[in-house]
Amino acid sequence: MMEFIESLTGVPTPLLFGQLLLGLINGAFYAMLSLGLAVIFGLLNIVNLAHGALFMMGAFVAWMLLNYLGLGYWWALLLAPIIVGAFGVVLEKLFISPLYKLDHLYGLLLTFGLALVIEGVFRNYYGSSGLPYRIPDELQGAWDLGFMFMPVYRGWVVIAALVFCLATWLVIEKTRLGAYLRAATENAALVQAFGVNVPRMVTLTYGGGVALAALAGVLAAPIYSVNPQMGTNLIIVVFAVVVIGGMGSILGSVVTGFTLGVVEGLTKVYWPEASATVIFVIMAIVLLARPAGLFGRA
Amino acid sequence: MTTLARRDLLGAAGAAAAAAALPGRSARAQAQTTIRLGVLTDMSGPYRDTTGPGSVVCTQQAAAEFRNRGFNIEVISADHQNKPDVGANIARQWYDQGVDAIVDVPTSSVALAIAGIAREKNKVFLNSGAATSDLTGAQCSPNTVHWTYDTYMLAKGTGGAITRTGGDSWFFITADYAFGHALERDTANFVRQAGGRVVGAVRYPFPQTTDFSAFVVQAQASRAKVLGMANASTDTVNTIKAAREFGLHRTMKFAALLMGVIDIHALGLEQGQGLLLTESFYWDLNDRTRAFSARIRPNNQNRPPAMVPAGCYGATLHYLKAVADLGAERAKASGLETVQRMKAMPTDDDAFGPGRIREDGRKLHPAYLFQVKTPAESSGTWDYYKLVATTPGDEAFRPLAEGGCAFLRS
Repeated sequence: MMEFIESLTGVPTPLLFGQLLLGLINGAFYAMLSLGLAVIFGLLNIVNLAHGALFMMGAFVAWMLLNYLGLGYWWALLLAPIIVGAFGVVLEKLFISPLYKLDHLYGLLLTFGLALVIEGVFRNYYGSSGLPYRIPDELQGAWDLGFMFMPVYRGWVVIAALVFCLATWLVIEKTRLGAYLRAATENAALVQAFGVNVPRMVTLTYGGGVALAALAGVLAAPIYSVNPQMGTNLIIVVFAVVVIGGMGSILGSVVTGFTLGVVEGLTKVYWPEASATVIFVIMAIVLLARPAGLFGRA
Repeated sequence: MTTLARRDLLGAAGAAAAAAALPGRSARAQAQTTIRLGVLTDMSGPYRDTTGPGSVVCTQQAAAEFRNRGFNIEVISADHQNKPDVGANIARQWYDQGVDAIVDVPTSSVALAIAGIAREKNKVFLNSGAATSDLTGAQCSPNTVHWTYDTYMLAKGTGGAITRTGGDSWFFITADYAFGHALERDTANFVRQAGGRVVGAVRYPFPQTTDFSAFVVQAQASRAKVLGMANASTDTVNTIKAAREFGLHRTMKFAALLMGVIDIHALGLEQGQGLLLTESFYWDLNDRTRAFSARIRPNNQNRPPAMVPAGCYGATLHYLKAVADLGAERAKASGLETVQRMKAMPTDDDAFGPGRIREDGRKLHPAYLFQVKTPAESSGTWDYYKLVATTPGDEAFRPLAEGGCAFLRS
């Protein structure tokens, strides 16, 4: 069997399995970030370009909690999403809420500007070269899977991302609050007429989406350099993921996030130079064949 | 940023006019020529911390130490955003508006563009931040001085040392652009010369790559003894983090080919310990470098200067000595003549010690091979290196004959 796969792929099987697994781990980050984007777009109709900057803030808040207050990784996992989420609520109230009646483009430009400002502020105070954040002791080390060496922390990232994605999906699809959210997406005025406070729900949804980004930031802090640019590279890919999955589709963003992580991982074996481009090629094909995305409704 | 630079220049011109209008000062103000230095650097991108504001501070320090020699010195700065077109525009504007020398310019592509402009306008280009050895090789210019380091020095220093200690098979993780290719090429040459071999290389898209685990696992599967990192700044930090996570440090040696004290600060000693790297300046090297760093720290957020800013200091100081020797008026009239005078005079400053500038514009000074301390060996923040070996200036850089510099033949 192993020989058969190897003759088919031209790459040693252990290496191939390893790359698939690594793709899944990167896909976990794509899924968590695109999930937040999809929720925000679904309800607010805002293309949130500040998402990458808020992901970066999550990682920085984790670093600050550790270095200024002595609170470690597990506290950061709880507190950073709350702190950054609260910041998101303020952003929504002050800047984003006046834009709901306008074209998508205004929200896109505003959030892009906000992203530049947030990154600039962090660069000014913390520089561009990054800050160290160590993997918590409980998650140090690695498992020997036979075909590869699997760091415990990376395994934790996949499991955590899956749990958070599933929880978000359950809240939106299976609870009363989620039902209100989905109804407000369809017809906000009617839902408000039934006595639901839609503006507050919208604000909290934005805060929730931002908190998901911050959570991904905390998960990323021990494996990537914590620096102001860390969200910039990721956010463009994540947007492609959302477009491929279908704007506003929760299930679509999660499934596409993991799938594209794997596709990207395979590209890194066969043609590493193209690994940053492959996702956009897929995006172009999907847009031509199914403009609403794989899971979107036309 | 261009507008900022223009405003600075206009402001300076206005101030000079105002000074000239004051009675009693006019005679002296008119008598003195002003030498203008423009620090063109990365103020907002990935190289900001290793160059950027630190380079401005060190250039200003050199200017401050060279006051009252019969001419005024003015230092302005701008952000080239690591884009050759932006950098070239600012450089043209500056040179046309009376800037005599452009200092620093990290990012090889921008530096090569500006070397051409300086030559065309007969001005001076004092490069500290760019890595490519082409600045004094295939694309050399009689108006350029390349002060601090280059890809050849890094490849020979770190690559040579690791190969000599038994690291005879290499796998490269390379940033897929001019700088990464040059660094991989220069290092691979040393590896082969020393009898080693390159078993593989992976070129990743720059700057869109954040996750290096896939490449690190490929390196591991290659069973090479050395992981060669032909990249810089946060990419190198992320590569090392991933490599340690996947346990490569147990079986492979790490060769971070371009890495500085700021990157070690970002990585942390726990992950950085044991790394070998090559620099031409370290703040804690000797009494002179310590004295120089003590002068810089108060203006540099209490950080010691990194290698590239120190190079801006050394290059500026030597340039100003040449200007004083030549006479400010003549120096302003011809960048070529000023650079020739710089080459004729021996160099000496607190950051790099005694040295000289070779005919092709290459500054020669020792290159130091450092090993990163363990957390236990370090006495605190910024105490990161121990000295392993020193290569004298004449051996650290590419021999003149091998560079292929065109203007030397004509």
